[in-house]
Amino acid sequence: MLASQIGYYSLILGLLLTFTLCGVSIKDFNSSKKNVDQNIYTLSFLQLFLVIVSFLSLILSFVKSDFSNETVFNNSHTTKPLFYKITGTWGNHEGSLLLWLLVLTLFIFLFLIKSKEQPKKYRILTLLFQQLIIIGFFLFVLMTSNPFNYLFPIPTEGLGLNPILQDPALAIHPPLLYLGYVGSSIIFSASLSAVTQNYISKEWGQHIKKWILVSWIFLTIGIMLGSIWAYYELGWGGFWFWDPVENVSLMPWLTLTALLHSILVLERKTILTSWVVILSITTFTLSMCGTFLVRSGILNSVHTFANDPARGIFILIFLFVLIFLSLGIFFLFHKENNKVSKNFFWLSKESSILVNNWFMMYFLSVVLIGTVYPIFLDVISTEKISVGPPFYHKLIAPFLAPFLLFMALGPKLKWIKSKIEDKISSVLFFIISVALTFIILKNLSIDLLFYTVLISAAFFLFFTTLKELFVKKFNNISQLIAHFGFSLFLLAILFNSILSSEIITNIKVGEKYNYNKGEIFFEKIEEKKENNYNSIVGFFKITDKNSKTIQLKPEVRIYNQPTIITSEADIKTTLLRDNFLVMNLVKGDEYFNIRYQVKPFMLWIWISVLLISFGGTMSLIKKRYEK
Amino acid sequence: MYGKKVKFRFLFLALVLISVILSVFLILQSLKDNVVYFQSPSEIKSLIELDKNKIRIGGLVKEQSIFIDPKEIKFIITDLKNEINVTYSGAVPNLFAEGKGVVAEGFLKDRNYFSATKILAKHDENYMPPEVKEAIGDK
Repeated sequence: MLASQIGYYSLILGLLLTFTLCGVSIKDFNSSKKNVDQNIYTLSFLQLFLVIVSFLSLILSFVKSDFSNETVFNNSHTTKPLFYKITGTWGNHEGSLLLWLLVLTLFIFLFLIKSKEQPKKYRILTLLFQQLIIIGFFLFVLMTSNPFNYLFPIPTEGLGLNPILQDPALAIHPPLLYLGYVGSSIIFSASLSAVTQNYISKEWGQHIKKWILVSWIFLTIGIMLGSIWAYYELGWGGFWFWDPVENVSLMPWLTLTALLHSILVLERKTILTSWVVILSITTFTLSMCGTFLVRSGILNSVHTFANDPARGIFILIFLFVLIFLSLGIFFLFHKENNKVSKNFFWLSKESSILVNNWFMMYFLSVVLIGTVYPIFLDVISTEKISVGPPFYHKLIAPFLAPFLLFMALGPKLKWIKSKIEDKISSVLFFIISVALTFIILKNLSIDLLFYTVLISAAFFLFFTTLKELFVKKFNNISQLIAHFGFSLFLLAILFNSILSSEIITNIKVGEKYNYNKGEIFFEKIEEKKENNYNSIVGFFKITDKNSKTIQLKPEVRIYNQPTIITSEADIKTTLLRDNFLVMNLVKGDEYFNIRYQVKPFMLWIWISVLLISFGGTMSLIKKRYEK
Repeated sequence: MYGKKVKFRFLFLALVLISVILSVFLILQSLKDNVVYFQSPSEIKSLIELDKNKIRIGGLVKEQSIFIDPKEIKFIITDLKNEINVTYSGAVPNLFAEGKGVVAEGFLKDRNYFSATKILAKHDENYMPPEVKEAIGDK
């Protein structure tokens, strides 16, 4: 009760304070003082503080199961474990938007205290652009999705949180993803401000690169966590389904990755300035679009909490305002910097980075069209269609091989002009990679040209970066680690998709199922009672042809509030493979529908993504260290 | 004549243009091949020509219609006007049950039989795919 009121009023206060902050900033922008007014820091901190108070009071309402709060009533239950009561705070529409707001205010405050060496006008203008977004979200939260709506009479019990969201990976997935998503808002505000101030320079490049890295790292890990969750919780045994909801998180990642690369050129050569600004605008726009598509109920998924057209329309209008504003600013203020010489040699680092950007844009357009086209068709006609994985695989896979080659060779080129040195080792590595691929694929008796080309290219990147890592030691280590991680990532995915095997059958307790590589024995079931669910645990013994036996115990859980059945896959993970077993009740409890999968190198997919983001982290730390 | 720089620029622009056109063409072409259409049992009954491509069918699983043996699962999808028999030999999602909404992906054998290759997961008890809602009318 009290907590809800504190939360609500601190939001209102926060909105009022934002207007004051804008007023003070505009005044300070026009004043001739050299430093940023101290009041601006104080106000920005207060703004952050108020949003934190609001967020904490929502958490408190969840912890105390205060069902007079509508959000808590809709998404919580007294029997839910404490951990999921807390994480349930952002497991719903209202709470997650409050988290958006929190991250927005957090980032601008950090930006203010971390950018003291930047020009004053640039900093204040960035603050103002960010406040514009913040006001939009304040209004959005207060008008369409107030987390503190009051319910009377007070219900005695809540409706509960969707059980598949009650999961540790999913507890931290939204905050990390948001740090990435919303982190791009700072890049957006800062680029617009830099354009207006004509401040796009090497210094700006170095300064904004850190923010790009931070967003990128969080986004990468956030996407990975969502993917891990989908892998073990949804029971399909895959980690990426080209589901529209996954795609909308991948799109800002692609532009952010492109941005990360082109900023490297900008911070050295002051070229590609317009491109960097366009990418910054695009990244944030795509993040907003993602929020719009996911929240408006256009895309149906676990992220769609409640469909309310008003919310969709609000975000849509807000989105259009931001797009037109930013494009307007870009065309009005942007001037090409003519001082810089434009000697662009075709075989240089910057052209290879441009190539990276072209690939990224191509991947982006594939994902964008695949995601948006069904929505578009649904709006203009009554036809309902879906675009499945074959579309993406067909369009993306052929371009991966040249992409990998550029990734291996590009970084070895020098800035502006480069002689192709160590040609010999490159050629040697290339031959080794192709030969290795041939040997491996022959042994597996796969003779698809497609796989040979892709795996060779991945091995080539793998060996090249590995060698560089040993030879160069600490020079350019962040790039090497990230690229090495990417080669590992692709190798893991490729071998995983080639070597995975799957058995699906319906089986009774006590039965044995023989397949060409072994035998599945369904030993028994046991029932378990937990606080908020009952579960049936199946005991399976799986014997492979080498008569090695593993035991797997998948579960079917029947949650009491809300009444939902979920399957918990049992996965035995080793360095070489995952053994994945999931079972499901079909009708009555006679037959169980089971799916047994052997998935090689699954663990390496996660490890390699961590390596990629570790590369980014290295780059961030290195810059600090040098200063 | 034009200088070397201008020529180079022109070449570059032409290259960019060509690659953009090519990739757009490529994307749209594969979109055409890889799209899966959604149909309701009633729509299938009224088909003049059978669709050979992969389609999706949505509706409710008819009460008392699920039949299961070690190899496959059989059930009936209904939109309360017409129905279609489905055979399926894969993994079923958690919320697959009689009387509940379902979306099956697969191939039509004829107007009464559908061989499913995938049954789509739903995430939420109360949630019904919009396609299914439309297929059974606003009930």
